[in-house]
Amino acid sequence: MNVVLIFSVLILIAIAIWQVTKIFELSQVKKVSTQVADDNDNDWNGKLMFAFLIFIYGITIFSFWSYGDVLLPKAASEHGYDYDNLMWISFAIIFFVQTVTQALLHYFSYKYRGEKGKKALFFSDNEKLEMIWTIIPVFVLAGLILYGLYTWTDIMTVEENDEALVVELYAQQFNWKARYSGDDGVLGDANVRFLEDFEGKNLVGIDATDPNGFDDIVVQELHLPVGREIIFKMRSQDVLHSAYMPFFRAQMNCVPGMITEFAFTPNITTEEMRQDPDIVSKVKKINKIRVKKSKELLASGDVALDPYEFDFLLLCNKICGASHYNMQMKIIVESPEDYKKWISDQQTFAEVIQ
Amino acid sequence: MSTAEAHIEEDHGHHHKETFVTKYVFSQDHKMISKQYLITGLFMGIIGIAMSLLFRLQLAWPEQPFGVFEVLLGKWAPDGVMDPNVYLALVTIHGTIMVFFVLTAGLSGTFSNLLIPLQIGARDMASGLLNMISFWMFFVSSVIMVMSLFVEAGPAAAGWTIYPPLSALPQAQPGSGTGMTLWLVSMAIFIASSLLGSLNYIVTVINLRTKGMSMTRLPLTIWAFFVTAIIGVVSFPVLLSAALLLIMDRSFGTSFFLSDIFIQGEVLHYQGGSPVLYEHLFWFLGHPEVYIVLLPALGITSEIIATHARKPIFGYRAMVASILAIAFLSTIVWGHHMFISGMNPFLGSVFTFTTLLIAIPSAVKAFNYITTLWKGNLQLNPAMLFSIGLVSTFITGGLTGIILGDSTLDINVHDTYFVVAHFHLVMGISALYGLFAGVYHWFPKMFGRMMNKNLGYIHFWVTAVCAYGVFFPMHFIGMAGLPRRYYTNTAFPYFDDLADINVLITVFALVAGAAQIVFLYNFIHSMFYGKETVQNPWRSNTLEWTAPIEHFHGNWEGEIPHVHRWAYDYSKPGYKEDFAPQHIPLQKGEEELQH
Repeated sequence: MNVVLIFSVLILIAIAIWQVTKIFELSQVKKVSTQVADDNDNDWNGKLMFAFLIFIYGITIFSFWSYGDVLLPKAASEHGYDYDNLMWISFAIIFFVQTVTQALLHYFSYKYRGEKGKKALFFSDNEKLEMIWTIIPVFVLAGLILYGLYTWTDIMTVEENDEALVVELYAQQFNWKARYSGDDGVLGDANVRFLEDFEGKNLVGIDATDPNGFDDIVVQELHLPVGREIIFKMRSQDVLHSAYMPFFRAQMNCVPGMITEFAFTPNITTEEMRQDPDIVSKVKKINKIRVKKSKELLASGDVALDPYEFDFLLLCNKICGASHYNMQMKIIVESPEDYKKWISDQQTFAEVIQ
Repeated sequence: MSTAEAHIEEDHGHHHKETFVTKYVFSQDHKMISKQYLITGLFMGIIGIAMSLLFRLQLAWPEQPFGVFEVLLGKWAPDGVMDPNVYLALVTIHGTIMVFFVLTAGLSGTFSNLLIPLQIGARDMASGLLNMISFWMFFVSSVIMVMSLFVEAGPAAAGWTIYPPLSALPQAQPGSGTGMTLWLVSMAIFIASSLLGSLNYIVTVINLRTKGMSMTRLPLTIWAFFVTAIIGVVSFPVLLSAALLLIMDRSFGTSFFLSDIFIQGEVLHYQGGSPVLYEHLFWFLGHPEVYIVLLPALGITSEIIATHARKPIFGYRAMVASILAIAFLSTIVWGHHMFISGMNPFLGSVFTFTTLLIAIPSAVKAFNYITTLWKGNLQLNPAMLFSIGLVSTFITGGLTGIILGDSTLDINVHDTYFVVAHFHLVMGISALYGLFAGVYHWFPKMFGRMMNKNLGYIHFWVTAVCAYGVFFPMHFIGMAGLPRRYYTNTAFPYFDDLADINVLITVFALVAGAAQIVFLYNFIHSMFYGKETVQNPWRSNTLEWTAPIEHFHGNWEGEIPHVHRWAYDYSKPGYKEDFAPQHIPLQKGEEELQH
C-alpha cells in the first residue's frame, strides 16, 4: 500500500511540476518560445551547474561522514595490510582526481554559460597540454600497476609446505562444508560420483579407495588456528559459487569439475576481533537497530531477534539460485591449542562410514 | 526480392509513392528505421527501469509485503511477498534489457541509423533491405524476451551473464527451464540483428561518404558509430558461439561447460567441460559490450558539446585516437571479470595491465571535453546538460574502475555493490545520458518538432541528482562487503546497519523513475504538438541540418552537398556567424585546420 502511495505522490509531483511550467509558459503569451535555450536559461542552468558541484561534494562528505565507518572492515589476515594499503593509495588518487576534474567541469559550465553576442574562443588543439594529460596518467597508472601486480603475485602464489594447513571448502546449493586433511596433511581424492556411497554419509564424495581420505574430517563450521597459513582448496558439486571471506580479503570461485585455490594466514582471533573498538561500536549499533526492530516484531506478535555477536563469515558471492542470499558459514579463528582440541573432537571419514 | 531491389534503385534521388506498410512498418528508409529502433528501445527501457524499481523496493523493505508486487508479479508474489527466484529473474532481465535492448539497440541502433547517412552525406544505408531486416530481427528478439516473462516457471534468472551450470540445469533453478531457452533464442536473434546492422554501418561509412568527406573530416559521432560497429562485428559472434554451445549443453547433452555435477540427488553424465570456458567466451563479448554501449554515447556527447559550446571540439585527433585505442584495448581486457574465477593468476596480471591502460585514453577524452568547455559560449539546452552530466558520471564511475581493474583490489570488492555502483555510473547512467542527449538534440531532425525545454530541464536536474543519490552511497555498502544479487540482507545481522542506506538509495531510485515519466510525456507530446522546428535549430555545422525538415527517402532534393571543411568550425575568426557548416567552401585565404 505504501508503494502505491509513494508512487501516486511522485506522479502528482511530476504533474504539479508540469502544470507549473505550463502556467509559466502561458503567462508569457506574447513571446512564443523557440524551445532553444536563451540567455535566461543559460544563466540559471549555469548557476545550477555550480550548485551541482556543491551537491557532489556534499554527497561525498555526507557519505563519508555517515557511512565511513562501514568502509573496508578491519583486516584479519596477514596480506590484509598490503591489500588495505593499496586500496587507500588508490582511493587517495581517485579522490584527488575526482575533486579536481568535477570542479573544472562544473565550474567551466557555470563560468562560460552562454550570452548573446559573446563569441567562444577558437581553440582546437594544443599538443603540449594534451601531452601533459597523457603522460601524467601514464606514470600514475604505471605506479599503481606495478604495486598492484607485486601484491597480487604475493597473495596468489600458493606454495605447498609442511607448515600450512590444507582445508577444502565444499560448496553446494545452499550450504558450505569444510574438509580437513587430518593427520597425514593430505586430502583424499574425491568426486561427486562417490556422494551416493555409504547411504549419503559421504558428504563431500571422498573416494573410499584412497587411503589418504580415511583421516579426513568433514565439518559444517570452519575453525582456523591463528598465525598459521591456511591453503584452501575449493570445490563445488552443482553450480558456480564463490567463497567470499571479506575480513580476510579473500575470495575465490568454486567451480564444478575443478579445484581452485586460495591461501591466507589469519592473524587475529575471533575473540580479539570482538574486543576491537571498531567492532565493539559496530556491534552496539547493530544491536540497537535489532532491539528497535524486535520491539516492532513483538508488538505484532512475532518472535524477537537474537542479539548479534560478531563472527567472521564465509559468504557465497556468485549467484547460485533461490537461497543464494543465505548461503553462509561461520568462521572461528582461535589459538592453536583451542584448534587442536576442537579438531580432535571431530569424527574422521573412517569413523563416519563405519 | 526483385521488387525490393528495384525499390532501392528507384529510391535514390527522387520521391515515389509509398504505401502505409512500406513507409511505417517495413520501411527501408534509415530515418524511419531509426525511429522504430528508438521507440522499441524506449518501450523496453520502461520495462527495464520498472523492474529495477521493483527490486529496489524489495531491497529497501525486505520484510514488507507490497501490493504492487502482487499486482505486477501475480502468483510469484503471493500476498505481496516477492519470491526469491523472482528477485533473481528481475535483476537478470533488468540487466539483459538495459544492456542489450536499450543501450545497444536503442542507442546505437537509433543514432547510427539516423546519423550515419545524414552526416556523411548519403541517401541511405548501403543496404536498406538489410537494415530493415536488422530492425525486424531486433523487434522479434524483443518480443521473445518479453514473452519469456510469461512462461510457467518464470524467465531466466541466472544473472545477465547466465553462467552455467546455473543457467544450464533446470534442476538448479526454475528460471533455467523454458525461460532460459527463450532468453537464448532471443539473444541469438538479437546478435544476428546486431551483426547485420554493424556490417551495414561499416560499409556505409567506408563507401558512401559524399565528395570532400574524408575520414579526417568525419564528425566524431560517425567515428564512434563506425568503431562501435567494428567492435560489434569482432566480438558479438563469440557470444553467439557461447550461446549456441550452451544450447547444445542444455538440449543435446554435450559437455562444453559442464563437468562432475551432482544435483537434486543425482549424478549427471557431464564430463570434461568447464564453466570457466564459458566465462571467457561470454566476456570476450561482455567487456567490449561496455564500449559498444559507451562509445556511441561519447560520440554523441562530442558532437553536442562542441555544437552547444559554440567551440571546436578540443583535440579532434586525440579524440579519434582515443576511440581507436579504447576499441583495441577493449578486446583484450575481458579477463578482469574473471580474476577470481579460478583461472591462472598470471593471466590476472596480464589483464590488470591491459585494463588499467584503458584509463589513459579515457582520461584524455575527459580532459578534452573539459577543455572544450573552457572559454566557450555554452548554450545550456537539455541536450548540453545531459552531455555535461555524462562527462561527470563517466569520470566518477570510471575512476573506481582503477580499483576494480586491479586484480589485487578486485579480490575483496568483486561482485559486491561496489561493482554495481561502478558500472551503473560509468556505462549505465553515462550511456543513458548519451541517449537522452541525443534524443533532445536530434528530436527536431527526427520529428520536425522541438521538445519542450523546461520539461527537459526538470528531467535533467531531477535525474542528475538522483543518479548520484542512488549510486554514490552504493559504493559504501559494497566496500562494507555486501554481495550483489542477494534477495535480502537480513540473513546476515552483520549487514543490519546498512539497511538505512538501502532505504535512501531506493527513495532516490523512485524519484529518478518518476522523472522519466516527465521525459516520456515530453517525448510523446512533442511528437504531435511540439513547436515546429526551423531547419537548423542548434546552428550546427554537420550535414544532417542541410537536409529539409520534411522526411523523404533519399534525404536531399537534388544534389548531395559537398564537404569543404571539418565539422567543428565554431566561432572561427573571420566569420560573422559563430558557425561555418561543413558544406560552406573555405573563404579566400582561409586555411583549413591541420588535424
